[in-house]
Amino acid sequence: MQTKLMPMNEAISRFVNDGDTIVIEGFTHLICFAAAHEIIRQRRRDLTLCRLTPDLIYDQLIGAGCARKLIFSWAGNPGAGPLYALRRAVEQARPRSLELEEYSHYGMVARFTAGAAKLPFYPLRNYMGSDLPGVNPNIKTVVCPFTHEELAAVPPLNPDIAVIHAQRADEQGNAQIWGLLGVQKEAAFAARNVIVVAEEIVGEKVIRSDPNRTLVPALIVKAVVHEPFACHPSYAQGHYDRDNDFYLRWREVSRSESSFNAYLDEWVYKVKDRAEYVMRMGEQIARLRARQQMCGPVNYGY
Amino acid sequence: MEYTPNELMVSQAARQLRNGEVVFVGIGLPNMACNLARRLHAPDLVLVYESGAVGARPDRLPISIGDPALVTNSLSVCSMFDIFSYYLQGGLIDVGFLQGAQVDRFGNLNTTVIGDYFHPSVRLPGSGGACEIAILARRVLVIAPQSRRSFPERVDFITSPGFVDGPQTRSRLKMPGQGPAMIITDLGCYEFQQGEMTLTSLHPGSSIEQVRGATGWPIRVAKELETTEPPAAEEIRIIREELDPAHLYI
Repeated sequence: MQTKLMPMNEAISRFVNDGDTIVIEGFTHLICFAAAHEIIRQRRRDLTLCRLTPDLIYDQLIGAGCARKLIFSWAGNPGAGPLYALRRAVEQARPRSLELEEYSHYGMVARFTAGAAKLPFYPLRNYMGSDLPGVNPNIKTVVCPFTHEELAAVPPLNPDIAVIHAQRADEQGNAQIWGLLGVQKEAAFAARNVIVVAEEIVGEKVIRSDPNRTLVPALIVKAVVHEPFACHPSYAQGHYDRDNDFYLRWREVSRSESSFNAYLDEWVYKVKDRAEYVMRMGEQIARLRARQQMCGPVNYGY
Repeated sequence: MEYTPNELMVSQAARQLRNGEVVFVGIGLPNMACNLARRLHAPDLVLVYESGAVGARPDRLPISIGDPALVTNSLSVCSMFDIFSYYLQGGLIDVGFLQGAQVDRFGNLNTTVIGDYFHPSVRLPGSGGACEIAILARRVLVIAPQSRRSFPERVDFITSPGFVDGPQTRSRLKMPGQGPAMIITDLGCYEFQQGEMTLTSLHPGSSIEQVRGATGWPIRVAKELETTEPPAAEEIRIIREELDPAHLYI
Protein backbone atom coordinates (compact mmCIF):
# COMPACT_ATOMS: atom_id res chain seq x y z
CA MET A 1 0.00 0.00 0.00
CA GLN A 2 1.17 3.52 -0.76
CA THR A 3 2.31 5.50 2.25
CA LYS A 4 0.26 8.51 3.39
CA LEU A 5 3.30 9.99 5.08
CA MET A 6 4.03 13.58 4.02
CA PRO A 7 5.48 16.76 5.54
CA MET A 8 3.16 19.14 7.41
CA ASN A 9 3.32 21.87 4.76
CA GLU A 10 2.14 19.41 2.09
CA ALA A 11 -0.69 18.05 4.29
CA ILE A 12 -1.97 21.57 5.02
CA SER A 13 -1.66 22.81 1.45
CA ARG A 14 -3.47 19.73 0.09
CA PHE A 15 -6.25 19.38 2.64
CA VAL A 16 -6.95 22.80 4.21
CA ASN A 17 -8.66 25.35 1.95
CA ASP A 18 -9.86 28.92 2.46
CA GLY A 19 -13.40 28.89 3.84
CA ASP A 20 -13.13 25.37 5.31
CA THR A 21 -14.66 24.27 8.58
CA ILE A 22 -11.78 22.82 10.57
CA VAL A 23 -11.30 21.08 13.90
CA ILE A 24 -7.95 20.65 15.62
CA GLU A 25 -9.06 18.85 18.77
CA GLY A 26 -7.37 17.58 21.93
CA PHE A 27 -8.66 18.50 25.37
CA THR A 28 -5.62 20.21 26.94
CA HIS A 29 -3.73 17.11 25.78
CA LEU A 30 -2.40 16.51 22.22
CA ILE A 31 -3.29 19.95 20.79
CA CYS A 32 -1.45 20.12 17.48
CA PHE A 33 0.05 23.63 17.48
CA ALA A 34 2.37 22.62 14.62
CA ALA A 35 -0.65 22.28 12.28
CA ALA A 36 -2.02 25.68 13.33
CA HIS A 37 1.35 27.37 12.78
CA GLU A 38 1.52 25.91 9.27
CA ILE A 39 -2.03 27.14 8.54
CA ILE A 40 -0.96 30.62 9.69
CA ARG A 41 2.20 30.46 7.52
CA GLN A 42 0.14 29.44 4.49
CA ARG A 43 -2.23 32.35 5.26
CA ARG A 44 -5.48 30.42 5.07
CA ARG A 45 -8.51 32.71 5.43
CA ASP A 46 -12.22 32.62 6.35
CA LEU A 47 -11.94 29.38 8.32
CA THR A 48 -14.70 28.25 10.65
CA LEU A 49 -12.87 26.93 13.69
CA CYS A 50 -14.45 24.24 15.90
CA ARG A 51 -13.13 23.17 19.29
CA LEU A 52 -14.53 22.77 22.79
CA THR A 53 -11.78 24.98 24.19
CA PRO A 54 -10.30 27.40 21.63
CA ASP A 55 -7.19 27.59 23.87
CA LEU A 56 -4.01 29.35 22.76
CA ILE A 57 -4.06 27.48 19.46
CA TYR A 58 -7.19 29.23 18.16
CA ASP A 59 -6.22 32.50 19.85
CA GLN A 60 -3.20 32.40 17.52
CA LEU A 61 -5.26 31.49 14.42
CA ILE A 62 -7.83 34.20 15.22
CA GLY A 63 -5.19 36.87 15.93
CA ALA A 64 -3.43 35.93 12.68
CA GLY A 65 -6.64 36.67 10.77
CA CYS A 66 -7.34 33.09 9.61
CA ALA A 67 -10.84 32.73 11.06
CA ARG A 68 -14.27 34.17 10.37
CA LYS A 69 -16.26 32.03 12.83
CA LEU A 70 -15.72 30.09 16.03
CA ILE A 71 -17.88 27.18 17.28
CA PHE A 72 -16.93 26.46 20.90
CA SER A 73 -17.92 25.88 24.52
CA TRP A 74 -15.20 27.41 26.74
CA ALA A 75 -12.93 30.22 25.60
CA GLY A 76 -10.23 30.97 28.14
CA ASN A 77 -6.54 30.46 28.85
CA PRO A 78 -6.84 27.63 31.39
CA GLY A 79 -5.71 28.81 34.80
CA ALA A 80 -4.27 32.03 33.39
CA GLY A 81 -7.06 34.36 32.27
CA PRO A 82 -8.74 35.39 29.01
CA LEU A 83 -7.78 34.82 25.38
CA TYR A 84 -6.94 38.37 24.35
CA ALA A 85 -6.74 37.90 20.56
CA LEU A 86 -10.18 36.30 20.60
CA ARG A 87 -11.51 39.17 22.73
CA ARG A 88 -10.00 41.77 20.35
CA ALA A 89 -11.77 40.06 17.46
CA VAL A 90 -15.11 39.89 19.30
CA GLU A 91 -15.02 43.29 21.02
CA GLN A 92 -13.15 45.42 18.41
CA ALA A 93 -13.27 43.34 15.18
CA ARG A 94 -9.44 43.31 15.07
CA PRO A 95 -7.79 42.06 12.90
CA ARG A 96 -11.29 41.16 11.66
CA SER A 97 -14.71 40.38 13.10
CA LEU A 98 -15.44 36.93 14.47
CA GLU A 99 -18.82 35.23 14.55
CA LEU A 100 -19.44 33.10 17.65
CA GLU A 101 -21.60 29.99 17.95
CA GLU A 102 -21.63 28.85 21.52
CA TYR A 103 -22.54 25.66 23.38
CA SER A 104 -21.63 23.94 26.61
CA HIS A 105 -19.06 21.11 26.53
CA TYR A 106 -21.76 18.45 26.43
CA GLY A 107 -23.45 20.25 23.54
CA MET A 108 -20.20 20.23 21.52
CA VAL A 109 -19.54 16.57 22.39
CA ALA A 110 -23.08 15.76 21.24
CA ARG A 111 -22.63 17.69 17.97
CA PHE A 112 -19.46 15.73 17.09
CA THR A 113 -21.15 12.47 18.12
CA ALA A 114 -24.14 13.12 15.83
CA GLY A 115 -21.71 14.12 13.09
CA ALA A 116 -19.71 10.89 13.49
CA ALA A 117 -22.83 8.69 13.57
CA LYS A 118 -24.44 10.59 10.65
CA LEU A 119 -27.53 11.35 12.72
CA PRO A 120 -29.67 14.48 12.14
CA PHE A 121 -29.45 15.49 15.82
CA TYR A 122 -28.31 14.28 19.21
CA PRO A 123 -30.61 14.41 22.25
CA LEU A 124 -29.44 15.41 25.69
CA ARG A 125 -31.00 16.22 29.04
CA ASN A 126 -29.65 19.72 29.27
CA TYR A 127 -30.12 23.49 28.84
CA MET A 128 -33.46 23.90 30.69
CA GLY A 129 -33.26 27.10 32.72
CA SER A 130 -30.14 28.29 30.90
CA ASP A 131 -30.01 31.33 28.60
CA LEU A 132 -27.83 29.47 26.06
CA PRO A 133 -30.72 28.24 23.84
CA GLY A 134 -31.98 31.84 23.69
CA VAL A 135 -28.80 33.04 21.95
CA ASN A 136 -28.09 29.93 19.86
CA PRO A 137 -30.94 28.82 17.56
CA ASN A 138 -29.10 25.53 16.97
CA ILE A 139 -30.01 24.41 20.50
CA LYS A 140 -33.58 23.16 20.11
CA THR A 141 -35.88 20.70 21.82
CA VAL A 142 -37.31 17.39 20.70
CA VAL A 143 -40.08 15.25 22.18
CA CYS A 144 -39.14 11.64 22.89
CA PRO A 145 -41.46 9.33 20.90
CA PHE A 146 -41.44 6.77 23.75
CA THR A 147 -41.67 8.73 27.00
CA HIS A 148 -42.99 12.00 25.52
CA GLU A 149 -40.51 13.99 27.61
CA GLU A 150 -38.93 17.07 26.12
CA LEU A 151 -35.17 16.87 25.56
CA ALA A 152 -32.60 19.29 24.20
CA ALA A 153 -31.28 18.55 20.72
CA VAL A 154 -28.25 19.78 18.80
CA PRO A 155 -27.42 19.25 15.11
CA PRO A 156 -24.45 17.26 13.78
CA LEU A 157 -21.11 18.98 13.26
CA ASN A 158 -19.23 17.66 10.21
CA PRO A 159 -16.03 19.62 9.66
CA ASP A 160 -14.26 19.54 6.29
CA ILE A 161 -11.04 18.58 7.99
CA ALA A 162 -9.90 17.24 11.38
CA VAL A 163 -6.32 17.31 12.62
CA ILE A 164 -5.76 14.56 15.18
CA HIS A 165 -2.52 14.30 17.10
CA ALA A 166 -1.46 10.85 18.33
CA GLN A 167 1.48 9.48 20.29
CA ARG A 168 2.07 6.94 17.56
CA ALA A 169 0.72 5.96 14.15
CA ASP A 170 1.72 3.83 11.19
CA GLU A 171 2.23 5.20 7.67
CA GLN A 172 -1.39 4.38 6.77
CA GLY A 173 -2.77 6.47 9.65
CA ASN A 174 -3.77 3.88 12.26
CA ALA A 175 -3.36 6.18 15.25
CA GLN A 176 -2.88 5.12 18.86
CA ILE A 177 -3.61 7.49 21.70
CA TRP A 178 -3.45 7.14 25.47
CA GLY A 179 -4.02 9.57 28.30
CA LEU A 180 -6.85 12.09 27.92
CA LEU A 181 -8.93 11.24 24.85
CA GLY A 182 -11.14 14.35 24.74
CA VAL A 183 -13.40 14.19 21.67
CA GLN A 184 -10.65 13.16 19.24
CA LYS A 185 -12.43 10.03 18.08
CA GLU A 186 -15.80 11.75 17.56
CA ALA A 187 -14.15 14.71 15.76
CA ALA A 188 -12.18 12.37 13.47
CA PHE A 189 -15.19 10.26 12.48
CA ALA A 190 -17.32 13.40 11.99
CA ALA A 191 -14.85 15.05 9.59
CA ARG A 192 -14.76 14.58 5.82
CA ASN A 193 -10.95 14.39 5.82
CA VAL A 194 -8.51 13.54 8.61
CA ILE A 195 -4.85 14.45 9.00
CA VAL A 196 -3.07 12.36 11.64
CA VAL A 197 0.04 13.92 13.18
CA ALA A 198 2.18 11.63 15.32
CA GLU A 199 5.07 11.91 17.75
CA GLU A 200 6.35 8.59 16.44
CA ILE A 201 5.82 6.57 13.26
CA VAL A 202 5.76 2.84 13.93
CA GLY A 203 5.35 -0.27 11.83
CA GLU A 204 1.94 -1.86 11.36
CA LYS A 205 3.18 -4.73 13.54
CA VAL A 206 3.39 -2.41 16.56
CA ILE A 207 -0.18 -1.22 15.95
CA ARG A 208 -1.43 -4.80 15.60
CA SER A 209 0.28 -5.79 18.86
CA ASP A 210 -2.11 -3.49 20.79
CA PRO A 211 -5.28 -2.94 18.72
CA ASN A 212 -7.42 -1.64 21.63
CA ARG A 213 -5.30 1.48 21.68
CA THR A 214 -6.10 2.46 18.08
CA LEU A 215 -8.49 5.42 18.39
CA VAL A 216 -8.49 6.46 14.73
CA PRO A 217 -8.28 3.81 11.98
CA ALA A 218 -6.40 4.31 8.70
CA LEU A 219 -9.60 3.96 6.68
CA ILE A 220 -10.70 7.52 7.56
CA VAL A 221 -7.23 9.09 7.31
CA LYS A 222 -5.95 11.02 4.27
CA ALA A 223 -2.51 12.15 5.45
CA VAL A 224 0.03 11.18 8.10
CA VAL A 225 2.63 13.65 9.37
CA HIS A 226 5.58 12.72 11.58
CA GLU A 227 6.15 15.69 13.87
CA PRO A 228 7.83 15.27 17.30
CA PHE A 229 6.93 17.98 19.85
CA ALA A 230 4.10 19.15 17.54
CA CYS A 231 1.89 19.92 20.54
CA HIS A 232 4.13 22.29 22.48
CA PRO A 233 3.03 24.22 24.61
CA SER A 234 0.33 21.54 25.02
CA TYR A 235 1.58 18.07 25.92
CA ALA A 236 1.73 14.43 24.90
CA GLN A 237 1.41 11.90 27.72
CA GLY A 238 4.55 9.80 27.96
CA HIS A 239 6.48 12.18 25.67
CA TYR A 240 6.53 15.69 27.19
CA ASP A 241 4.77 17.74 29.84
CA ARG A 242 2.54 20.75 29.38
CA ASP A 243 4.54 24.01 29.29
CA ASN A 244 2.53 25.77 32.00
CA ASP A 245 4.98 28.71 32.02
CA PHE A 246 4.23 29.31 28.35
CA TYR A 247 0.47 29.38 29.05
CA LEU A 248 1.02 31.89 31.88
CA ARG A 249 3.31 34.04 29.71
CA TRP A 250 0.75 34.04 26.88
CA ARG A 251 -1.34 36.38 29.04
CA GLU A 252 1.31 39.09 28.49
CA VAL A 253 2.21 38.10 24.94
CA SER A 254 -1.38 38.23 23.71
CA ARG A 255 -2.47 41.28 25.72
CA SER A 256 -1.46 43.80 23.02
CA GLU A 257 -1.66 43.47 19.28
CA SER A 258 1.99 44.48 18.89
CA SER A 259 3.42 41.84 21.25
CA PHE A 260 1.06 39.25 19.73
CA ASN A 261 2.31 40.08 16.22
CA ALA A 262 5.92 40.06 17.40
CA TYR A 263 5.35 36.54 18.70
CA LEU A 264 3.89 35.37 15.39
CA ASP A 265 6.82 36.91 13.52
CA GLU A 266 9.46 35.29 15.66
CA TRP A 267 7.88 31.89 16.27
CA VAL A 268 5.65 31.28 13.22
CA TYR A 269 6.40 33.39 10.13
CA LYS A 270 10.18 33.32 10.50
CA VAL A 271 10.26 29.62 11.33
CA LYS A 272 10.33 27.15 8.45
CA ASP A 273 8.76 24.17 10.18
CA ARG A 274 8.30 22.44 13.53
CA ALA A 275 11.79 20.98 13.55
CA GLU A 276 13.24 24.49 13.42
CA TYR A 277 10.81 25.62 16.16
CA VAL A 278 11.97 22.77 18.40
CA MET A 279 15.63 23.53 17.68
CA ARG A 280 15.16 27.22 18.50
CA MET A 281 13.24 26.41 21.69
CA GLY A 282 16.20 24.34 22.87
CA GLU A 283 16.24 23.81 26.61
CA GLN A 284 12.75 25.26 27.06
CA ILE A 285 11.34 22.20 25.30
CA ALA A 286 13.97 19.66 26.34
CA ARG A 287 13.21 20.24 30.04
CA LEU A 288 9.62 19.05 29.47
CA ARG A 289 10.52 15.52 28.44
CA ALA A 290 8.34 13.00 30.35
CA ARG A 291 9.64 10.66 32.99
CA GLN A 292 8.89 7.01 32.43
CA GLN A 293 5.93 5.21 33.96
CA MET A 294 5.25 2.03 31.97
CA CYS A 295 2.02 0.04 32.34
CA GLY A 296 1.81 -3.69 32.80
CA PRO A 297 1.57 -5.72 29.58
CA VAL A 298 -1.71 -7.42 28.60
CA ASN A 299 -2.16 -10.79 26.95
CA TYR A 300 -3.91 -10.65 23.56
CA GLY A 301 -3.51 -14.38 22.99
CA TYR A 302 -6.34 -16.89 22.77
CA MET B 1 -3.16 31.34 62.79
CA GLU B 2 -3.36 33.85 59.94
CA TYR B 3 -5.09 32.74 56.78
CA THR B 4 -6.17 34.25 53.46
CA PRO B 5 -9.78 34.51 52.23
CA ASN B 6 -9.06 31.84 49.59
CA GLU B 7 -7.72 29.46 52.24
CA LEU B 8 -10.90 29.99 54.26
CA MET B 9 -13.11 29.31 51.21
CA VAL B 10 -11.13 26.19 50.28
CA SER B 11 -11.34 24.75 53.79
CA GLN B 12 -15.08 25.49 53.99
CA ALA B 13 -15.69 23.84 50.64
CA ALA B 14 -13.63 20.79 51.63
CA ARG B 15 -15.77 20.31 54.75
CA GLN B 16 -18.92 20.02 52.63
CA LEU B 17 -17.60 16.87 50.97
CA ARG B 18 -18.42 13.51 52.55
CA ASN B 19 -16.20 10.46 52.36
CA GLY B 20 -17.08 8.17 49.45
CA GLU B 21 -18.85 10.80 47.40
CA VAL B 22 -18.25 11.22 43.68
CA VAL B 23 -17.24 14.79 42.87
CA PHE B 24 -17.09 16.51 39.50
CA VAL B 25 -14.09 18.76 40.03
CA GLY B 26 -13.56 22.21 38.54
CA ILE B 27 -10.38 24.15 38.02
CA GLY B 28 -8.71 26.35 40.67
CA LEU B 29 -10.13 26.56 44.20
CA PRO B 30 -12.64 23.67 43.80
CA ASN B 31 -9.79 21.43 42.78
CA MET B 32 -7.88 22.42 45.92
CA ALA B 33 -10.94 21.84 48.12
CA CYS B 34 -11.38 18.29 46.78
CA ASN B 35 -7.74 17.43 47.17
CA LEU B 36 -7.76 18.89 50.71
CA ALA B 37 -10.81 16.80 51.67
CA ARG B 38 -9.13 13.71 50.21
CA ARG B 39 -6.09 14.24 52.44
CA LEU B 40 -8.21 14.75 55.58
CA HIS B 41 -11.71 13.40 56.30
CA ALA B 42 -12.60 11.98 52.87
CA PRO B 43 -9.81 9.66 51.68
CA ASP B 44 -12.31 7.71 49.53
CA LEU B 45 -13.62 10.74 47.66
CA VAL B 46 -13.75 9.91 43.95
CA LEU B 47 -12.52 12.82 41.85
CA VAL B 48 -13.97 12.97 38.34
CA TYR B 49 -12.58 15.58 35.95
CA GLU B 50 -14.44 16.67 32.82
CA SER B 51 -11.26 15.95 30.87
CA GLY B 52 -11.94 12.23 31.39
CA ALA B 53 -9.92 11.25 34.46
CA VAL B 54 -11.88 9.20 37.03
CA GLY B 55 -10.49 8.49 40.49
CA ALA B 56 -7.60 10.87 39.85
CA ARG B 57 -4.84 11.23 42.45
CA PRO B 58 -2.79 14.15 41.15
CA ASP B 59 0.59 14.43 42.87
CA ARG B 60 0.86 18.09 41.88
CA LEU B 61 -1.70 20.89 41.69
CA PRO B 62 -3.20 20.66 38.21
CA ILE B 63 -3.02 24.12 36.68
CA SER B 64 -5.45 23.05 34.00
CA ILE B 65 -8.39 20.66 34.08
CA GLY B 66 -6.51 18.41 31.65
CA ASP B 67 -3.17 18.17 33.42
CA PRO B 68 -1.18 14.97 32.70
CA ALA B 69 -0.84 14.40 36.46
CA LEU B 70 -4.59 13.62 36.52
CA VAL B 71 -4.02 10.65 34.23
CA THR B 72 -0.97 9.09 35.94
CA ASN B 73 -2.27 6.65 38.63
CA SER B 74 -5.97 7.40 38.08
CA LEU B 75 -8.56 4.59 38.12
CA SER B 76 -9.90 5.20 34.62
CA VAL B 77 -9.44 7.57 31.72
CA CYS B 78 -12.37 7.83 29.35
CA SER B 79 -13.63 10.01 26.54
CA MET B 80 -15.57 13.19 27.21
CA PHE B 81 -18.64 11.51 25.73
CA ASP B 82 -18.39 8.88 28.48
CA ILE B 83 -17.88 11.51 31.17
CA PHE B 84 -20.86 13.64 30.21
CA SER B 85 -23.24 10.87 29.09
CA TYR B 86 -22.56 7.97 31.44
CA TYR B 87 -21.12 9.65 34.52
CA LEU B 88 -22.89 13.03 34.66
CA GLN B 89 -26.18 12.45 32.76
CA GLY B 90 -26.13 8.85 34.00
CA GLY B 91 -26.57 10.15 37.54
CA LEU B 92 -23.28 9.08 39.11
CA ILE B 93 -22.14 12.53 40.26
CA ASP B 94 -23.00 13.46 43.87
CA VAL B 95 -21.39 16.90 43.93
CA GLY B 96 -20.63 19.40 41.19
CA PHE B 97 -18.29 22.28 41.95
CA LEU B 98 -18.80 25.56 40.14
CA GLN B 99 -17.55 29.11 40.13
CA GLY B 100 -19.25 32.17 38.73
CA ALA B 101 -18.27 35.67 37.70
CA GLN B 102 -21.82 36.59 38.74
CA VAL B 103 -24.09 34.81 41.26
CA ASP B 104 -27.68 35.88 41.88
CA ARG B 105 -30.49 35.64 44.43
CA PHE B 106 -31.63 32.23 43.11
CA GLY B 107 -28.14 30.79 42.76
CA ASN B 108 -27.95 31.20 38.99
CA LEU B 109 -24.39 31.54 37.68
CA ASN B 110 -23.02 33.63 34.84
CA THR B 111 -19.69 32.84 33.20
CA THR B 112 -20.67 34.02 29.72
CA VAL B 113 -20.93 37.83 29.38
CA ILE B 114 -21.20 40.99 31.43
CA GLY B 115 -23.80 43.18 29.73
CA ASP B 116 -25.78 42.31 26.62
CA TYR B 117 -24.91 38.97 24.99
CA PHE B 118 -24.45 40.42 21.50
CA HIS B 119 -22.69 43.61 22.66
CA PRO B 120 -20.95 42.56 25.86
CA SER B 121 -18.94 44.93 28.01
CA VAL B 122 -16.85 41.91 29.04
CA ARG B 123 -16.74 38.60 27.19
CA LEU B 124 -16.19 35.75 29.71
CA PRO B 125 -15.09 32.16 28.84
CA GLY B 126 -18.59 30.65 28.60
CA SER B 127 -20.08 27.45 30.00
CA GLY B 128 -17.54 24.70 29.57
CA GLY B 129 -19.22 21.86 31.42
CA ALA B 130 -20.86 24.18 33.98
CA CYS B 131 -24.36 24.29 32.46
CA GLU B 132 -24.84 20.53 32.49
CA ILE B 133 -23.16 20.14 35.90
CA ALA B 134 -25.62 22.70 37.35
CA ILE B 135 -28.54 20.76 35.87
CA LEU B 136 -27.42 17.17 36.43
CA ALA B 137 -25.19 16.89 39.54
CA ARG B 138 -27.08 15.74 42.65
CA ARG B 139 -26.01 18.90 44.48
CA VAL B 140 -23.86 21.87 43.56
CA LEU B 141 -21.30 23.80 45.59
CA VAL B 142 -20.21 27.25 44.49
CA ILE B 143 -17.09 29.21 45.44
CA ALA B 144 -17.15 32.91 44.52
CA PRO B 145 -15.61 36.08 45.97
CA GLN B 146 -18.47 38.44 46.87
CA SER B 147 -19.10 42.04 45.84
CA ARG B 148 -22.15 44.09 44.90
CA ARG B 149 -21.10 43.85 41.24
CA SER B 150 -20.63 40.10 41.24
CA PHE B 151 -23.80 39.40 43.31
CA PRO B 152 -26.57 41.23 41.43
CA GLU B 153 -30.24 40.44 42.03
CA ARG B 154 -30.36 38.90 38.56
CA VAL B 155 -27.30 37.72 36.57
CA ASP B 156 -26.81 39.29 33.12
CA PHE B 157 -26.88 35.81 31.56
CA ILE B 158 -27.82 32.44 33.06
CA THR B 159 -25.01 30.14 31.96
CA SER B 160 -25.71 27.58 34.68
CA PRO B 161 -29.15 27.54 36.28
CA GLY B 162 -29.61 27.49 40.04
CA PHE B 163 -33.24 27.76 41.17
CA VAL B 164 -33.84 30.03 38.12
CA ASP B 165 -36.64 32.22 39.57
CA GLY B 166 -38.14 30.38 42.50
CA PRO B 167 -38.37 27.18 44.57
CA GLN B 168 -40.57 25.17 42.15
CA THR B 169 -38.85 25.97 38.87
CA ARG B 170 -36.24 23.20 38.87
CA SER B 171 -38.84 20.47 39.32
CA ARG B 172 -41.19 22.14 36.80
CA LEU B 173 -38.35 22.14 34.23
CA LYS B 174 -37.55 18.51 35.18
CA MET B 175 -33.94 19.14 36.14
CA PRO B 176 -32.52 15.91 37.58
CA GLY B 177 -30.18 17.59 40.12
CA GLN B 178 -31.27 19.39 43.27
CA GLY B 179 -29.39 22.59 42.49
CA PRO B 180 -27.03 24.71 44.57
CA ALA B 181 -26.59 23.48 48.16
CA MET B 182 -24.14 26.13 49.30
CA ILE B 183 -22.46 29.31 48.05
CA ILE B 184 -19.15 29.97 49.79
CA THR B 185 -17.79 33.51 49.54
CA ASP B 186 -15.05 35.47 51.28
CA LEU B 187 -17.71 36.91 53.66
CA GLY B 188 -19.88 33.95 54.56
CA CYS B 189 -21.69 30.76 53.59
CA TYR B 190 -25.17 30.75 52.08
CA GLU B 191 -27.72 28.00 51.79
CA PHE B 192 -31.05 28.07 49.97
CA GLN B 193 -34.44 28.50 51.65
CA GLN B 194 -37.45 28.51 49.30
CA GLY B 195 -34.94 28.63 46.47
CA GLU B 196 -33.42 31.87 47.72
CA MET B 197 -29.86 32.50 48.89
CA THR B 198 -29.83 32.81 52.67
CA LEU B 199 -26.86 33.75 54.86
CA THR B 200 -26.34 30.86 57.28
CA SER B 201 -22.77 31.40 58.46
CA LEU B 202 -20.68 34.53 58.79
CA HIS B 203 -16.89 34.28 58.53
CA PRO B 204 -14.84 35.54 61.50
CA GLY B 205 -14.19 39.26 61.08
CA SER B 206 -17.00 39.95 58.61
CA SER B 207 -20.30 41.59 59.55
CA ILE B 208 -23.90 41.48 58.33
CA GLU B 209 -23.51 45.12 57.22
CA GLN B 210 -20.55 44.07 55.04
CA VAL B 211 -22.65 41.25 53.57
CA ARG B 212 -25.55 43.66 52.84
CA GLY B 213 -23.13 46.11 51.21
CA ALA B 214 -21.77 43.35 48.96
CA THR B 215 -25.15 41.96 47.87
CA GLY B 216 -27.33 43.48 45.13
CA TRP B 217 -30.67 42.72 46.85
CA PRO B 218 -32.00 42.57 50.43
CA ILE B 219 -30.30 39.35 51.52
CA ARG B 220 -32.12 36.83 53.70
CA VAL B 221 -30.41 35.98 56.96
CA ALA B 222 -31.03 32.68 58.76
CA LYS B 223 -32.63 32.83 62.21
CA GLU B 224 -29.77 30.89 63.72
CA LEU B 225 -26.78 32.56 62.14
CA GLU B 226 -23.52 30.74 62.82
CA THR B 227 -19.90 31.82 62.81
CA THR B 228 -17.70 29.94 60.35
CA GLU B 229 -15.05 27.73 61.92
CA PRO B 230 -11.74 29.14 60.60
CA PRO B 231 -9.29 26.83 58.80
CA ALA B 232 -7.26 24.66 61.17
CA ALA B 233 -3.46 24.80 61.21
CA GLU B 234 -3.25 21.40 59.49
CA GLU B 235 -5.60 22.52 56.70
CA ILE B 236 -3.50 25.63 56.11
CA ARG B 237 -0.30 23.59 56.11
CA ILE B 238 -1.62 21.15 53.50
CA ILE B 239 -2.89 23.98 51.30
CA ARG B 240 0.39 25.92 51.42
CA GLU B 241 2.92 23.11 51.41
CA GLU B 242 1.26 20.35 49.39
CA LEU B 243 -1.56 21.72 47.27
CA ASP B 244 -0.30 25.10 46.13
CA PRO B 245 3.40 25.45 46.91
CA ALA B 246 3.83 27.93 44.03
CA HIS B 247 0.97 30.07 45.45
CA LEU B 248 -0.92 30.22 42.17
CA TYR B 249 -4.31 30.39 43.83
CA ILE B 250 -3.75 31.27 47.47
